[in-house]
Amino acid sequence: MASVTLTDVRKVYHGGVEAVRGVSFEVADGSFCVLVGPSGCGKSTLLRMIAGLETISGGTVRIGERVVNAIEPADRDIAMVFQNYALYPHMSVYDNMAYGLRNRGTPKAEIDARVREAARILDVEPYLDRRPKALSGGQRQRVAMGRAIVRKPQVFLFDEPLSNLDAKLRVQMRVEIKRLQRSLGVTSIYVTHDQVEAMTLSDQLVVMNAGQVEQIGTPTELYRRPATRFVAGFLGSPAMNFIPAVLRDDGAVSVGERRVAVSAGAGGGRAGLPVELGIRPEDLRVAASAPGTLPLEIEFVEELGATQLIHGRIDGVAATVQVATGAAPTEGTLALAVEPAATHLFEPESGRRL
Amino acid sequence: MVERRSLWGTLLPHLVLMAGVAVVAFPVYLAVVGSTHESAVIANGQMPLYPGGEAIDTYYRTLVIGPSRSTREPVAGMLLNSFLMAMIIAVGKIAISILSAYAVVYFRFPLRMAAFWTIFVTLMLPVEVRIYPTYKIVADLGLLDSMAGLTLPLIASATATLLFRQFFMTVPDELVEASKIDGAGPFRFFKDTLLPLSRTNMAALFVILFIYGWNQYLWPLLITTRDDMQTIVIGIKKMIVTSDALTEWQIVMATAVLAMLPPVLVVIGMQKLFVRGLVETEK
Repeated sequence: MASVTLTDVRKVYHGGVEAVRGVSFEVADGSFCVLVGPSGCGKSTLLRMIAGLETISGGTVRIGERVVNAIEPADRDIAMVFQNYALYPHMSVYDNMAYGLRNRGTPKAEIDARVREAARILDVEPYLDRRPKALSGGQRQRVAMGRAIVRKPQVFLFDEPLSNLDAKLRVQMRVEIKRLQRSLGVTSIYVTHDQVEAMTLSDQLVVMNAGQVEQIGTPTELYRRPATRFVAGFLGSPAMNFIPAVLRDDGAVSVGERRVAVSAGAGGGRAGLPVELGIRPEDLRVAASAPGTLPLEIEFVEELGATQLIHGRIDGVAATVQVATGAAPTEGTLALAVEPAATHLFEPESGRRL
Repeated sequence: MVERRSLWGTLLPHLVLMAGVAVVAFPVYLAVVGSTHESAVIANGQMPLYPGGEAIDTYYRTLVIGPSRSTREPVAGMLLNSFLMAMIIAVGKIAISILSAYAVVYFRFPLRMAAFWTIFVTLMLPVEVRIYPTYKIVADLGLLDSMAGLTLPLIASATATLLFRQFFMTVPDELVEASKIDGAGPFRFFKDTLLPLSRTNMAALFVILFIYGWNQYLWPLLITTRDDMQTIVIGIKKMIVTSDALTEWQIVMATAVLAMLPPVLVVIGMQKLFVRGLVETEK
């Protein structure tokens, strides 16, 4: 097992396009790190640089104590699971898993033991003689993981491994990946654009945007205290509401004519500064109309079963509220209240948290 | 498309097909029949439509002894020459083009695309077009009347390179990357992954190229002068004597039948792979 340390890692493509602009973070030994961000944010490039499939334009990547910038992928002691599984179509499941070990000259008996062990863990024993073509998507995914497990690597790298599966299987495999990672205790780096996957899997969450790290922390930290408007909007489903407001000097903001109390100490002494007030849909409560409440003109309602999402507008700005089904009228105007502690304030220009 | 057809509607297409088959098959039948009669029968202009009784004798003479006057060479030797030539051309073309396609698709080297287009442009220059310079080179190298001279100028193949290139480009990049992580270098990736995946394509190409090689006429005609280097396609032509000597038609016919056999066997033997190579992609 080993930690992975990135120091000011950069990737510049031919023609000067900067895909990754100086990323630094450390993945602790045995922990599960998820890189998340919208497509084109450089997360896959970063993962491929750690794997050795892309050259590193600047900075260093360390696996354990070793700088691996100039080391071949096969010698980095990593294993990778690809989005489309990348199983060898002409080899049986057994050979797919054994291939890497054979190339390494592992003794036959040990290969056999390791492959059977992995097949047992992943529940693919009955399919060892089959070709990948004869397997379902979920089974192929397991084989791809088996190929990673048999290597007994220092680090697992996952490149959006679940995005080719249907929704139900995705949830199931997500749980299995987590369980597997826990039991094997292998340091893992996982790339996804799905924020639910990111939140549920990670010990450490790295949100990336435009080639840079926006914020690093535990999922709860990032959810509770997003450092930027981008992180706030990216994590959480449904997404956070952003309402234009103006700072006051009494621990509150003005939304239109209304005074809304916000978390203490935010942006003190800068009265008159325009800000964005961020409130998560589940933090808004339906209340009796009162001076400190926000009026939501209801447009339509999405039913989720246990809860409802009420979509509408506050002062003309689109907003969403999550309420227990039946707890609120579904037409007309709702008065919404919010706890000061559940509010987030962001600078409109830089997007930084105040 | 399921339609109810009248009797006439069913019959007519079959009649057309049968006529087509007859047009193709009748000359072949005639050749087989012709090879079973005495030479005098055909020479008299009485070409019978039923098989005669000389088959064993004719084929024995054709294969082992050869016609008495014209070429003097037994056809067995020509068959061997033709077979060797077709095999070397087919296997050589596949081997060279799969390697060049591999280089063009998977390696980044200076002038990579220039190399590819140079190969591509040779599509416009078949042997017939560059016959004089090619002959000159082969002659200067002292390769006249040799198997090397017979096959080498025909081996380079833009078509096959193009075909393999197109196929390689459909192989997902992740397979290369997975191989890299599995510790397979360029050669291992080629041998363990790319070759097995190209199996059906190679089979389809082999069929086409074997027949291409077998049917070569102009080049062998130029390059071979010794009788023992002759290919069967040329041999047939030489047996037909145009001067006052008697053409042994039954032997010509037998040779023609023998010349048809290997390509037919190759097609039949590799039919399954051939069709799969053309329609199916196993990825």
